[in-house]
Amino acid sequence: MSTALETTSPGSAPAEPPLAPSPYTVLERFADTADTATLVLAPIDRRERPPFLPGQFNMVSLLGRGEAAISISGDPERRTELVYTVRAAGLATQALAGAGPGTTVAVRGPYGVGWPIDRARGKDLVVVAGGLGLAPLRPLLYEILRHRDRFGRVEVIYGARTPADLVYYPELQRWRARTDARFQVTVDAAGREWYGDVGLVTLRIPDARFDGPNTVAYLCGPEIMMRFAAEALEARGVRPEEIWVSLERNMKCGIGQCGHCQFGPYLLCRDGPVLSYRDVAPLLRVRGL
Amino acid sequence: MDPPGRDGSAGLVPAVGYRAVLLRSDFPRLLSAIAAAGYGIVGPTVRDGAIVYGRIEREADLPVGWTDRQEAGTYRLERRSDGALFGYNVGPHSWKKYLFPARERLFTAHRTESSFSVTPEPPDDTPTAYLGVRACEIAAIRIQDRVFTGGAAVDPGYAARRRQVLLVAVQCGQAGGTCFCASMGTGPAVTDGFDLSLTERVGGGRHEFLVEVGTERGAAVLNGVPLRPADAEDVSAAAATVERTTRSMGRTLDTGGIRDLLLGRPEDPEWAKVGERCLACTNCTMACPTCFCHSTEEVPSLDASTVERWRRWDSCFNLGFSELHTGSVRTTVPSRYRQWMTHKLASWYDQFGSSGCVGCGRCVTWCPVGIDLTAEARTIRSNAAAVASAGSSTEGRT
Amino acid sequence: MTASPTGVELDRHPFLHGLSPEVLGAIAARTSRRHYETGATIAREGDPAREFFLIEAGKVALELVPHDRPRLTILTLGPGEVVGWSWLVAPHRWRVDARAVKPTDVLVVDGSGLRSILDAHPTEGYRFLLRLVPVLALRLDATRLQVLDVHGP
Repeated sequence: MSTALETTSPGSAPAEPPLAPSPYTVLERFADTADTATLVLAPIDRRERPPFLPGQFNMVSLLGRGEAAISISGDPERRTELVYTVRAAGLATQALAGAGPGTTVAVRGPYGVGWPIDRARGKDLVVVAGGLGLAPLRPLLYEILRHRDRFGRVEVIYGARTPADLVYYPELQRWRARTDARFQVTVDAAGREWYGDVGLVTLRIPDARFDGPNTVAYLCGPEIMMRFAAEALEARGVRPEEIWVSLERNMKCGIGQCGHCQFGPYLLCRDGPVLSYRDVAPLLRVRGL
Repeated sequence: MDPPGRDGSAGLVPAVGYRAVLLRSDFPRLLSAIAAAGYGIVGPTVRDGAIVYGRIEREADLPVGWTDRQEAGTYRLERRSDGALFGYNVGPHSWKKYLFPARERLFTAHRTESSFSVTPEPPDDTPTAYLGVRACEIAAIRIQDRVFTGGAAVDPGYAARRRQVLLVAVQCGQAGGTCFCASMGTGPAVTDGFDLSLTERVGGGRHEFLVEVGTERGAAVLNGVPLRPADAEDVSAAAATVERTTRSMGRTLDTGGIRDLLLGRPEDPEWAKVGERCLACTNCTMACPTCFCHSTEEVPSLDASTVERWRRWDSCFNLGFSELHTGSVRTTVPSRYRQWMTHKLASWYDQFGSSGCVGCGRCVTWCPVGIDLTAEARTIRSNAAAVASAGSSTEGRT
Repeated sequence: MTASPTGVELDRHPFLHGLSPEVLGAIAARTSRRHYETGATIAREGDPAREFFLIEAGKVALELVPHDRPRLTILTLGPGEVVGWSWLVAPHRWRVDARAVKPTDVLVVDGSGLRSILDAHPTEGYRFLLRLVPVLALRLDATRLQVLDVHGP
């Protein structure tokens, strides 16, 4: 019959609000493309950042310029660094993408559900990335390659609009040289300067090397690309519950209290952003959900 | 606060569950006892032609002798002949006005040479008595409790304000034209979640209140308030009031399987139809006692040495609510209406384990074009049934 | 031009694999092997389309050349894939440029001869189309996504 909440006793110090950010400083900035930059940050008031799982995100801002949800794109094992790849798309991300070394950055989190890696043990893996979708998948790739012997075949298909829009280009070259995983890079259209593949990532799926019924797939990119890629994977025998997608909606709080990131019944900051294609396939087909 | 003591008449310490009768003429004594216990009182008051929530300093601030007539898109105040203090239903305000204010500063960040420090907003723990909380409103407060304090992240501002509330509930003596709490299982009877509850009894020469003690905090407030112990007749009269209210609900909403029903009908033709009427004015989300959607914004000082982070109410009916860098996801009004109604009646179960609707009827009353949530639910349910029977009708034929 | 392949050799190409030995033999009689050096033109948009190409090794780029803009590659195809369907569809003219972007080995089938074989063997002809249509459908899907410019701002 109590109306009172069982929380801290009256008169105690104000609790650290869950929305209070921590200060980080930019160590390095790499320009990936004309509108995208990768920032390497370090925490200011401690040596190591909080641990994160591949697929999780932070709420990030240059104080006063607005917050944005940014996927973590660095190596989970490099604990003194926090890496983001930011595309200048709005006011907040424009400020972030231009932040140079020494800039102070406000960070909250990490939040969200990440890529389920353990279920892929002993199976073939397919990673399909479109555009900036490679950023939330890169931590997953680091983990997979670090524990390569736990998995079967590894196929990575990455596509961007044009060669100038490819991110992590030097790293892509190193990955493509590996013999224990197959990295295919393709672009939607190219001029004479490109000697690689041209065509959407979905075109590479029918001939990719994996055993469909024994495969786990991880997809990230424009929603419609993920939808087409998931269908192509299903046509190869990959089960819908083994296809994982990372979805994106407007985020403000990151902690399940502001209602912005709803996708059908899911709160993407809390139930996602990584969700099973089996659960979201019907929702992806609804216009304006 | 004063320790629990003896009341004036029976000399007993009121225990939880204690029921007593307070005469109408002694009502001001209750108000002053609450104030003397250190609570500021907020409650219903007449302003701008409606009964809203505001500061209550004295009995005359209450809507004495007023009632409301509510229908879809209509709200009017009328005079009563019996001088009842609580003879109306709910108005455009809800208690979220206090617990989850429309604008709230969350913290202030102070820049230093190469970093910043965060000063959380000091919690507002001013003891406040909410006077006149209806059953549907208690349900709504609990729903918001779950949103702001029931998950991994507890909102300290909400938690602090909530802790200090003395909740004085009032049993509804009548149902409003847009009320459907009985359908939602949230009323009209106040059964728990209160510190004190009042059931007003007017007529047959009487004007008094059955007072029930819900908690020790409520009991402590009754110190010095003249009460006589309630007898069986007092209790049954109060029960009859509630029973009468239950039977006179203005509307009904069938909640059977409603979660699957709405989540399974994203292409129902009704969304386009209601979308033609809806103005996306956001009245419903502002009036709704459970709507919690909000936005955050940063407010730098002129020299940018400090940055405040603020929270303000937002609404899923706003076009920019679902904005991504490629554009908004819900560009049409039908898609936004679908989002609101499906969230309120269906997705809420997935997210918070209950319905988001308490049947208070505010969204129906305050919609300028009179859209009725209960009618929309009915239409979609019958559309679904029509599809189902059309599918099976060929099997039934010989 | 090098020696014609046999029906058995054609059966090794994923696109033709599993068609009846009789039809494969007939196709083989109309097929020759060809090699293109890097940069060599295989076909030009507007040219008569008389041949069906099956890639065995290398890479072929399909390109569009707008009059006012630089040449644009819209698709690259590799071993196991096929190039050209205008030999089957009137007005039998190439709709894109095709160029080898690596040293490329192809099987080249005479278009009108292939049409006659498919006409004479309708069941196998239907099976042939059932292989060709999904390839075109996949490319059509991909082209639609390209039109959407999904990676765009």
